[in-house]
Amino acid sequence: MTDSKYFTTTKKGEIFELKAELNSDKKEKKKEAVKKVIASMTVGKDVSALFPDVVNCMQTDNLELKKLVYLYLMNYAKSQPDMAIMAVNTFVKDCEDPNPLIRALAVRTMGCIRVDKITEYLCEPLRKCLKDEDPYVRKTAAVCVAKLHDINAQLVEDQGFLDTLKDLISDSNPMVVANAVAALSEIAESHPSSNLLDLNPQSINKLLTALNECTEWGQIFILDCLANYMPKDDREAQSICERVTPRLSHANSAVVLSAVKVLMKFMEMLSKDLDYYGTLLKKLAPPLVTLLSAEPELQYVALRNINLIVQKRPEILKHEMKVFFVKYNDPIYVKLEKLDIMIRLASQANIAQVLAELKEYATEVDVDFVRKAVRAIGRCAIKVEQSAERCVSTLLDLIQTKVNYVVQEAIVVIKDIFRKYPNKYESVIATLCENLDSLDEPEARAAMIWIVGEYAERIDNADELLESFLEGFHDESTQVQLQLLTAIVKLFLKKPTETQELVQQVLSLATQDSDNPDLRDRGYIYWRLLSTDPVAAKEVVLAEKPLISEETDLIEPTLLDELICYIGTLASVYHKPPSAFVEGGRGVVHKSLPPRTASSESAESPETAPTGAPPGEQPDVIPAQGDLLGDLLNLDLGPPVSGPPLATSSVQMGAVDLLGGGLDSLMGDEPEGIGGTNFVAPPTAAVPANLGAPIGSGLSDLFDLTSGVGTLSGSYVAPKAVWLPAMKAKGLEISGTFTRQVGSISMDLQLTNKALQVMTDFAIQFNRNSFGLAPAAPLQVHAPLSPNQTVEISLPLSTVGSVMKMEPLNNLQVAVKNNIDVFYFSTLYPLHILFVEDGKMDRQMFLATWKDIPNENEAQFQIRDCPLNAEAASSKLQSSNIFTVAKRNVEGQDMLYQSLKLTNGIWVLAELRIQPGNPSCTLSLKCRAPEVSQHVYQAYETILKN
Amino acid sequence: MIGGLFIYNHKGEVLISRVYRDDIGRNAVDAFRVNVIHARQQVRSPVTNIARTSFFHVKRSNIWLAAVTKQNVNAAMVFEFLYKMCDVMAAYFGKISEENIKNNFVLIYELLDEILDFGYPQNSETGALKTFITQQGIKSQTKEEQSQITSQVTGQIGWRREGIKYRRNELFLDVLESVNLLMSPQGQVLSAHVSGRVVMKSYLSGMPECKFGMNDKIVIEKQGKGTADETSKRCLSGKQSIAIDDCTFHQCVRLSKFDSERSISFIPPDGEFELMRYRTTKDIILPFRVIPLVREVGRTKLEVKVVIKSNFKPSLLAQKIEVRIPTPLNTSGVQVICMKGKAKYKASENAIVWKIKRMAGMKESQISAEIELLPTNDKKKWARPPISMNFEVPFAPSGLKVRYLKVFEPKLNYSDHDVIKWVRYIGRSGIYETRC
Repeated sequence: MTDSKYFTTTKKGEIFELKAELNSDKKEKKKEAVKKVIASMTVGKDVSALFPDVVNCMQTDNLELKKLVYLYLMNYAKSQPDMAIMAVNTFVKDCEDPNPLIRALAVRTMGCIRVDKITEYLCEPLRKCLKDEDPYVRKTAAVCVAKLHDINAQLVEDQGFLDTLKDLISDSNPMVVANAVAALSEIAESHPSSNLLDLNPQSINKLLTALNECTEWGQIFILDCLANYMPKDDREAQSICERVTPRLSHANSAVVLSAVKVLMKFMEMLSKDLDYYGTLLKKLAPPLVTLLSAEPELQYVALRNINLIVQKRPEILKHEMKVFFVKYNDPIYVKLEKLDIMIRLASQANIAQVLAELKEYATEVDVDFVRKAVRAIGRCAIKVEQSAERCVSTLLDLIQTKVNYVVQEAIVVIKDIFRKYPNKYESVIATLCENLDSLDEPEARAAMIWIVGEYAERIDNADELLESFLEGFHDESTQVQLQLLTAIVKLFLKKPTETQELVQQVLSLATQDSDNPDLRDRGYIYWRLLSTDPVAAKEVVLAEKPLISEETDLIEPTLLDELICYIGTLASVYHKPPSAFVEGGRGVVHKSLPPRTASSESAESPETAPTGAPPGEQPDVIPAQGDLLGDLLNLDLGPPVSGPPLATSSVQMGAVDLLGGGLDSLMGDEPEGIGGTNFVAPPTAAVPANLGAPIGSGLSDLFDLTSGVGTLSGSYVAPKAVWLPAMKAKGLEISGTFTRQVGSISMDLQLTNKALQVMTDFAIQFNRNSFGLAPAAPLQVHAPLSPNQTVEISLPLSTVGSVMKMEPLNNLQVAVKNNIDVFYFSTLYPLHILFVEDGKMDRQMFLATWKDIPNENEAQFQIRDCPLNAEAASSKLQSSNIFTVAKRNVEGQDMLYQSLKLTNGIWVLAELRIQPGNPSCTLSLKCRAPEVSQHVYQAYETILKN
Repeated sequence: MIGGLFIYNHKGEVLISRVYRDDIGRNAVDAFRVNVIHARQQVRSPVTNIARTSFFHVKRSNIWLAAVTKQNVNAAMVFEFLYKMCDVMAAYFGKISEENIKNNFVLIYELLDEILDFGYPQNSETGALKTFITQQGIKSQTKEEQSQITSQVTGQIGWRREGIKYRRNELFLDVLESVNLLMSPQGQVLSAHVSGRVVMKSYLSGMPECKFGMNDKIVIEKQGKGTADETSKRCLSGKQSIAIDDCTFHQCVRLSKFDSERSISFIPPDGEFELMRYRTTKDIILPFRVIPLVREVGRTKLEVKVVIKSNFKPSLLAQKIEVRIPTPLNTSGVQVICMKGKAKYKASENAIVWKIKRMAGMKESQISAEIELLPTNDKKKWARPPISMNFEVPFAPSGLKVRYLKVFEPKLNYSDHDVIKWVRYIGRSGIYETRC
């Protein structure tokens, strides 16, 4: 046994030599040669030139040789399709072999050869093999159907293989069942709308029976398939859960995780009052803990999943803190994940232990891990109030170590602690200030500056400290610059007399010497505030800050629910929906948890409330960095302050002017100051005003323009509505509307960045929808979207996307991605954007069609409060592509006969009855697809009323 | 599903490459080499996503095994499969090394063709595989033999073939436990658990039905309630039963039966297999206690004293005891004095290793060392890794006892009494650490 020699042939003329050996008469020599070929193939050499010679070796009774030749064929058949045909006969013959192992081998290999001509020949043997008497052949043939479907889906459907495959679910052999389930699940994934798997209580029962009997892998296929089933009621959900729970004791971790997935999903349907619900919760904990004694790679997968489970149902593992303690020899990826879960599980009951552990970790060697541990201590302080003091003292101990990155990390978290517990731990500020010089990371510098600004009144040399930062102002990162600006303004508002010079300096640095629009804007706002109304400035800048929440890095609830449906899979490892990393349509079907049962759940709204928080509480999640920008969000930038206009060039700032009477009002707290009666507007105050004015008017012009365009083309455009609130999308707010202009549909979007981070890399995707709406071009956001910036984008849409019936019909599910995350929302589009321009039907045709459509398809609606006469209505509707075919006057009523056509070719005929003087009119709709009527009516209503 | 499977040597050269799906190209082989094997930093995750392709890898000695996919596969399954593949390869040709893989590449391709079809794992029980995948090629089989193979590979009892015969019916049970401990310097148990395995070697004829019983608290209490003499039973069981946190079983065990009756019944594979794994955290007998004392004398000297105490019956003997005391990186010299065993400073491992061959229960032994340090200006403190310990004891630290293992084979004429049974308990140290 020295096959390794095959790996070492690298001489010239090798191919030629191999050719000779392959054609040798001696069997042994032939075999040797094929082995050499396979070895060369493995290391990446191109041995396709030997194709005919290798194929010649195929007809042999030596099974080992045969398998090697097959292996070669699978690799090279595609590059030599004509030659590959030579092999077909042998395959077909082998499929008839008396030995089931050879029959299976032939059908298995044939499915791997992706050559059209071969595929044709595969159908007959495959059909036989699917009904073979031997289960080994049947289980191989089941997978082969999936292979064939991957090559030619249409062929599989035409040949009726899908039905045969469905029949195999009732096979007597468990492994055949399992492979059939696997194959069907895969095929179904590429046809989400087809009811291929057709799961019903009977078939579920069959699967559950097979579950007890098949191999570990088969159990995984079946459990993963079960997870897609939606039980019809809680009783069915419970009975499935009961039959799945024994799997939790399986030695194979993947079986356990797939069982957990089924249970977590179906639990949604069980009432929390049920005894069984509690039992199930208890049963879930031990197997999850056991997963942590698996090999490290599996531990990692398990921990990523536990992270999701803990967020969804914190009660399951709340007593299991200890098992997440980090071991010295754990690989770093396991350590980091454990730490994450420890923070999530920290509570008053276990905080002492957790803190002791975290302190231990902070002395380890891996920088990332140490940082995370330090940060975790801060999180504990915020989460468990009783521990805050201990956490702070632990952090101070760590600062004493003077290890650079530990100190910086500690300062960042102490800032959050200050925010959570104002006026409690300020005594440590002195210690923090000692470490000012060692801070070199922007986040830590910004945090320190924030602290100095916030507590300026307690730090004697606050001005000196801040001044020292000011020296290198332009070299700082934006984060630090913004923070420094705000801190100095705070300092000024607290100690106005000594810091005038400083504040002037920073304001001019920010507004004149910087080309960062955020910094300039913030500078101007402060400047104007200070100059017009210092008391208001104080109220704004020193306003009470909203409380920060206890939990951070929570996964957005809808995403979390989706990920729960993907437990055990890659999506749960990446914490991303499959669409984020899987190409094409496969596996991108949006999964969701079953709707929660109504009983005892009414108090909380499970869909929106972050699950990590106790019910009823709605914590606002801490923004990733900085927080002051939030204070400014409510400022109205609109009308420029009235003041004497001045030349923009003269930006010499007079300190006296700036302070003027404002200083007095600031010092004395009398309300009279607010009116600013004794306040002379400083000349410089006009600078921003001046700057602002032209921009402002320019903007409004723009707005005029857009609204003009909207009315011009006729088709009614609804005002923009907020589709995705910033709260749900980590600061990205999307509002929008749909328009139709001269035959093209577009989606007008307005993206607003309400986060503190620049957003880039925007992309958009639609789920399949009823009318195949799809973006016709990528989402073009040309520049990065900086905080508080808004862009307007018009996204052209096409109607050639894939179609799936939605409920309601005009529902559109949209995914928007940016550099931060992927967000989902759904919106309803008005149907009239789908009314095409050539929707006018010929009179005769109209009459015939009207008669032709059965009466039960007719729907009648009342449109109230619409005092229009027939002419006005007709022209209004025409501009939205509803065409009047004929008009009649019957008994004083105006009857309008109208037609319209949807993008997918559906005609809708309408009869609109208008009675002069009566504000309501009657609309009768006839259509071959009556489900659209309701939406057409809505379109009528919106068009007529606007 | 799995799109392809690659095996590399430590240099990143491909030894085996098998592609199952069309979406995986040859460039995937190189992507993994460049981005993971040749990556500069330490591997930060066993799952790597490179250009929308996901790579799962495990390492065995210096061999890399990588599974590749472009789909949202079941990640746990992929890793379980990779481990299983290692087991199968080890069962065929022993240690997984470059040499062995190269020598057996044809066999490996044959195995890969069998146990993974279109990326779906198929039966991977070595017992079944060895009946028809051999290095000699299939000998001319009779029709019965062929159908026996296929029915075993696909059958309900895929792990055992029919018609096994032994003259002597015999079985061996090994209760193997590893006891894990993390203790604070003050002697407080921070975490302790036992992870145990019951390994069975069975040489039984026919298709024997087995039932395994142990002193599981739930079972004992259930039975206790049934009998009249309740109080005495409970007294007895209170001492002798143990609480099992969780257990998992070999696929031969009927899980639904365990779930409903908590009885462990199965038809065993022939030969050696792992019947169950379990975990306990309560009432663990910690065989050793380590008491550390570290004193820093000035900046250039450390004094370390470590006492170990054995805590089990005096009649029992612990073996292969090893205490590992970490030393700082700037250690220049070490003087060690120990009462028992041998102790040595190993500079390459930065530790003092103290070995004792045997130690009886309820004994105590100590070591003291003086560590000389080179003066450094390194600001960072020495992290003081924990003192770790290795040992082997002839009892189960969890307290688990095998109560019975009954064998029924209705078709053949041997009874439970005819089977020769052996039970052995071995407790080993897992991660047994005391912080100092």
